Amino acid sequence: MTSSLFSRTVTVFALLLALPVLVVLGSLWMPQPELWAHLLDTVLADYVTNSLLLALGVGVLSAGIGTLMAWTVARYQFVGRTLVQWLLLLPMAIPAYILAYSYTGLLDFAGPVQSQLRLWFGWSYGDYYFPEIRSLPGAILMLSLVLYPYVYMLARTAFRQQSGSLLEASRTLGFTPRQHFWHVALPVARPAILTGAALAMMEALADYGTVQYFGVTTFTTGIFRTWFGMGNQVGAAQLSALLCSFVLLLLYLEQWSRRKLRFYQQGQKQQEPSRQPVQGFAGFCMLLLCLVPVLLGFLLPALQLLGWAFDRAEQLLSADFIKLLINSFSLAAFTALVTACLALCFAYAKRLSGHWSLVLPVRIAAMGYALPGTVIAIGVMLPLAALDNSIDVWAEQQFGIRTGLLLSGTLVALVLAYTVRFIAVALHSVEAGLMQITPSMDNAARSLGESPVGVLKRVHLPLLRASVLSALLLVFVDVLKELPATLLLRPFNFNTLSVRSYELASDERLADAALPALAIVLIGLIPVILLSRALDSSNRGAQ
Amino acid sequence: MKFWQKSLVAVALTAAALAQAAEVNVYSGRQEELIKPMLDKFSKDTGIKVNLITGKPDELISRMQSEGRNSPADLLISTDVGRLYRAEVQGLLQSIDSKVLTDAIPATLRDPKQQWFGLTKRARPIMYMPGKVKTEQLSTIEDLADPKWKGKICVRSSDNIYNQSMVAALIAQLGEEKTQAWANGFVKNFAQPPKGGDRDQIKAAAAGVCEIAIANTYYLGGMFDEAGDKAAAEAVKVFWPNQLGRGAHINISGAGVAKYAPNKAEAVKLLEYMVKPEAQSWYAEVNHEYPVVQGVKWSQRLESFGQFKAEQLQLSTLGELNAKAIQVMDKAGWK
Repeated sequence: MTSSLFSRTVTVFALLLALPVLVVLGSLWMPQPELWAHLLDTVLADYVTNSLLLALGVGVLSAGIGTLMAWTVARYQFVGRTLVQWLLLLPMAIPAYILAYSYTGLLDFAGPVQSQLRLWFGWSYGDYYFPEIRSLPGAILMLSLVLYPYVYMLARTAFRQQSGSLLEASRTLGFTPRQHFWHVALPVARPAILTGAALAMMEALADYGTVQYFGVTTFTTGIFRTWFGMGNQVGAAQLSALLCSFVLLLLYLEQWSRRKLRFYQQGQKQQEPSRQPVQGFAGFCMLLLCLVPVLLGFLLPALQLLGWAFDRAEQLLSADFIKLLINSFSLAAFTALVTACLALCFAYAKRLSGHWSLVLPVRIAAMGYALPGTVIAIGVMLPLAALDNSIDVWAEQQFGIRTGLLLSGTLVALVLAYTVRFIAVALHSVEAGLMQITPSMDNAARSLGESPVGVLKRVHLPLLRASVLSALLLVFVDVLKELPATLLLRPFNFNTLSVRSYELASDERLADAALPALAIVLIGLIPVILLSRALDSSNRGAQ
Repeated sequence: MKFWQKSLVAVALTAAALAQAAEVNVYSGRQEELIKPMLDKFSKDTGIKVNLITGKPDELISRMQSEGRNSPADLLISTDVGRLYRAEVQGLLQSIDSKVLTDAIPATLRDPKQQWFGLTKRARPIMYMPGKVKTEQLSTIEDLADPKWKGKICVRSSDNIYNQSMVAALIAQLGEEKTQAWANGFVKNFAQPPKGGDRDQIKAAAAGVCEIAIANTYYLGGMFDEAGDKAAAEAVKVFWPNQLGRGAHINISGAGVAKYAPNKAEAVKLLEYMVKPEAQSWYAEVNHEYPVVQGVKWSQRLESFGQFKAEQLQLSTLGELNAKAIQVMDKAGWK
């Protein structure tokens, strides 16, 4: 395939993915002065402050946890390290709203913790202070606990790929290990960490389940309120467009902050520096430190779910439930493959030409990550249905047959929506990897007669193995947990685990919701384990 | 014929074959767990296959709207009247002339134009802590705006449709001005900023955070069935407000036949099936909702909450006033 044909094909796909987001942005051309006057008077200030605080809090907290964990695991050798390094990925498998439900069950006034305290000390309501989990800080904590793995995963790969010569050089310059971290390792890993944090922030902006349950009014709750409550779909889309602008700003700031920096690793044999052994008590403490996020983000809620699911275990073997498992798994796996392939093509085409006609639609499509799934779903549904309906009209006029809906209400619509929603995740991961490959490699391969697509296949792909695997994993787990778009776009009689779990949870039947939720977690674990092993081996292979 | 042409013909033939079997396509705002068993029974009794998707009613309405005349939807089921009204206004439903339905369902619980029909009633009474509140102190919903209840009321967020409908009903019966004044006072009496669902309000009351909770009866009913929630459910009592006046606030779940329904006859059959006594008592048993059909026996749990007089409001007005209700709640600072 020639370079220009490749670029053109990729551009078409990029435009396709950008379309749903453009549909949302298009709403801005239909002014709603009355609605906006009301919003400005009453709730808009709340939406803006809460959303910004939430995103900022989640960004900082998840970057902190993720980087600390990645550094500990990548640089120190302590007891239990091999186990802990993938245990740390587990919280990713838990949907944030499930975490919110289980912590509320545990920590609210009527829950076991406070009840026990009251029993022990003879307190009653109002006698003591207990932090309120259903609050903005609570929401930040919940989201950070399930989102830090984004940072952790990307940062760990980045720290590992930092060649040993970097460490040697900084030692030669007389840096202490701490100085090496702050002045060398951290700045070099910055694209990965910021990418992870940006993903976490976008996910936080798009979150609906958690903030809604906690009674925190953000943009997403406002969008749903405007749309469902006031029946104003255009107004809801305009709020979404505003949300998009936050994200644009975020992405722009991130790009701007590293506008003059390049992060290539030199092509010579990369030597991973040996990990510093930490023995005895200190090593044990390090293990405990790494287990804290695992405990809070995974073990505690999973145990709570298990407790709830215990007396409903008989459902586990029903044919219905097995079908749910298969649906969820195959949908997530297929979407992950599609999305990762597209991300790879986009990232590479951008590297080849960087022409605005490609970069712009990719950028627009990537904003989908910060939009609530429902909004994306509408963005997908409207153009697809319009297309179907016009084909139907055309076929009727031309041939007298009615084609009905060809794409709407099929899995195609669903996969398209997922791809728009999660392309950013895959793209960030792949781009962060691609950024470390120096262009001289491309040049060398091209001068040896490889076509551009050949370079991608034979040079980049093997080098990007870790990044592509991360992309696959992230998208897989995200799709598994995805709810709103699935609800809206799925075909008849098609259910997934997240739909089942959410339906029950939203009806406040937590005990019934626990089993499907637990299944999401368990299915999510399989690729987490498999891929983290693959990542390990690809890292070893790189040595 | 080329391969793709053959495949196209094959697909068309299969589609035609599938179209012949009697079936009905349901877009349900009621979640699967609370509708599927009845649909399965319907299929068994009539031989009509039911295809189901569930979702939030507004999203299903959006989907029907975008699908236009090609929409496969035959029946739209919603858990509140506001959404049925919205679907009607957007021209997504059609009038159904069925004596079975008009005979079974009281006129206030169905659309005057017969575009939608109430299938169950959902009531939203006051729940109180018997040790702290005496029944004599309780009277009407309006009374809950009185400063004497300061810091004693738990209610969920104004995002919730049941609160929106409740306020819309007040606007319809008291007027916007009086409702605004009521909302301002009511919000000042909250024991805590609204959070959680209806069950959480009942649990909070049981735990001592507040003395009064506003919640739908079927949430209370469901709590009796779960070990963790049972104690809280037993701690509160139901009080039916406004019994001397207009009656307690109710909402309905209901359904309407889609305008472009490809299987209209089957859809009507399904609707009629849903008002049969067995179906009506099934709702009561499974989800503690009140039957719309007179003379159907209530479940024991519903009996224990007591008889009550319900608002006689034409329910379609709740839909009309929903947006206004939100504005009133926004102004009152009801989070």
